[in-house]
Amino acid sequence: MSTETAQASVKQAEPLLSKRRRKFISDPLVDNNPITIQVLGICSALAVTTQLQPTLVMAISVIFVMVMANLTISLLRNAIPSRVRIIVQLAVIASLVTLVNEVLKAFAFDMYKELSVFVGLIITNCIVMGRLEAFALGNKPYDSILDGFGSALGYAWIILAVAFFRELLGSGSVFGVQIYDAISGLFGEGFSLATNGLMVSPVGAFIILGLIIWVQRTKTGYVEH
Amino acid sequence: MQQSNAYIITFSVILTVVLGLLLSGTSQVLGPIQKKAVELDTKKQILGAVLESSDLRKMTSDEILAYYDKRITSKVVDIDGNLIEKDSDGNPIIAENVNVAKNYKMAPEKRQYPMFIFHKEGNPDAVEAYIVQVYGAGLWDEIWGFLALDTDLNTIAGVTFGHKGETPGLGARITESGVQNRFQGKQIYDESGSFQSVVMQKGEGRDFSDDLHKVDGISGSTITANGVNNMLRNYLQFYSAYFEKLRSSAGSTDLALVN
Repeated sequence: MSTETAQASVKQAEPLLSKRRRKFISDPLVDNNPITIQVLGICSALAVTTQLQPTLVMAISVIFVMVMANLTISLLRNAIPSRVRIIVQLAVIASLVTLVNEVLKAFAFDMYKELSVFVGLIITNCIVMGRLEAFALGNKPYDSILDGFGSALGYAWIILAVAFFRELLGSGSVFGVQIYDAISGLFGEGFSLATNGLMVSPVGAFIILGLIIWVQRTKTGYVEH
Repeated sequence: MQQSNAYIITFSVILTVVLGLLLSGTSQVLGPIQKKAVELDTKKQILGAVLESSDLRKMTSDEILAYYDKRITSKVVDIDGNLIEKDSDGNPIIAENVNVAKNYKMAPEKRQYPMFIFHKEGNPDAVEAYIVQVYGAGLWDEIWGFLALDTDLNTIAGVTFGHKGETPGLGARITESGVQNRFQGKQIYDESGSFQSVVMQKGEGRDFSDDLHKVDGISGSTITANGVNNMLRNYLQFYSAYFEKLRSSAGSTDLALVN
């Protein structure tokens, strides 16, 4: 991504969502997806995706952390001494993650219990630091917000897709609503769809993720060099 | 200028102070709300030992707190089964606030043991179940739980378990209601009245419905299951003196005597 590090040429009154800026959001969704192309952030993608609800909370948390971290670093980009920039990025991310954790603990305690360690692991999520280092340090705040939002969204939709299949196949439900039971009910007593225990274990996430990457690369023709 | 050591140190100090203030401020503001959330969670776990988890999930936070107030009376006992009402400083002890992890570090004789008595609405003497708190070590970190005994002080009415860091999909399954329901109806004393505890077995899928002291295990989590077994065995013995007092007074209809 050479376009990312290059300074955007300053134009007069560029539209809020110009073509160049739309690319910040659309690029990471498919063509340069942090999970399926860059294969970053796999750890949390495997760990939190057994159910859709915690996955959604995780996705929102990552979006918040990435947007805010990109904004903060971009605002400070001319003040941050380059020799300590990594530790500064880390401090900003860690503070934001701690904020998210505290808010979850206060207002969604069940989620906090379920996610706690993985919310903490956002700190080590390579996507976040990767974007700070590659983009926010060299670009203006508004562009950085868009870039962070795009990358986080690319992460979010993949983990939500994985979680959808894992919850459906593993627990027979979607967002906690029992789908398998309802289907079984249509066929009368004695008929029941079996859930797949493999999907509940992390192995299931590997399989689903692998399939998603396979389908995507077949379509886009992306080859690793 | 930006690369000078003085600049770097000044920048770092300012950043640290700003972030530190932000975080401690948040913690101050959210602290009371978090405390309430923890309290609600504890009460949910206690009620989980006597209620079906599906019923509990349907209740709102306020309903749970109101239900708890109406149906649960709590007290704290020592290892000899005597009631403790004040700590060494003379402050009243509240069962819900007893820190089981802190107590675990002390000798069993010095610990405070909370008791939660599940009774009919408005009548604390019409006991339906006695709930005790248990605590121990799993594979990776602490595990804990609440165990409800029927009024015979022998048959298990229900259990809830919690854990801090057991392996998801393996040891962490002790929090599943499917696993916890396996304890229902099991007994902790045999016919002669000697203590047997209940023991989770190695492996999973066997039928122990004709054995009152054995519970089907969790495949792949023998160490967590051992932790559960030790925790139950230890704590049920710690509470046994109190059970004995309750039982000896069971002849008299007024259970309040032992209280």
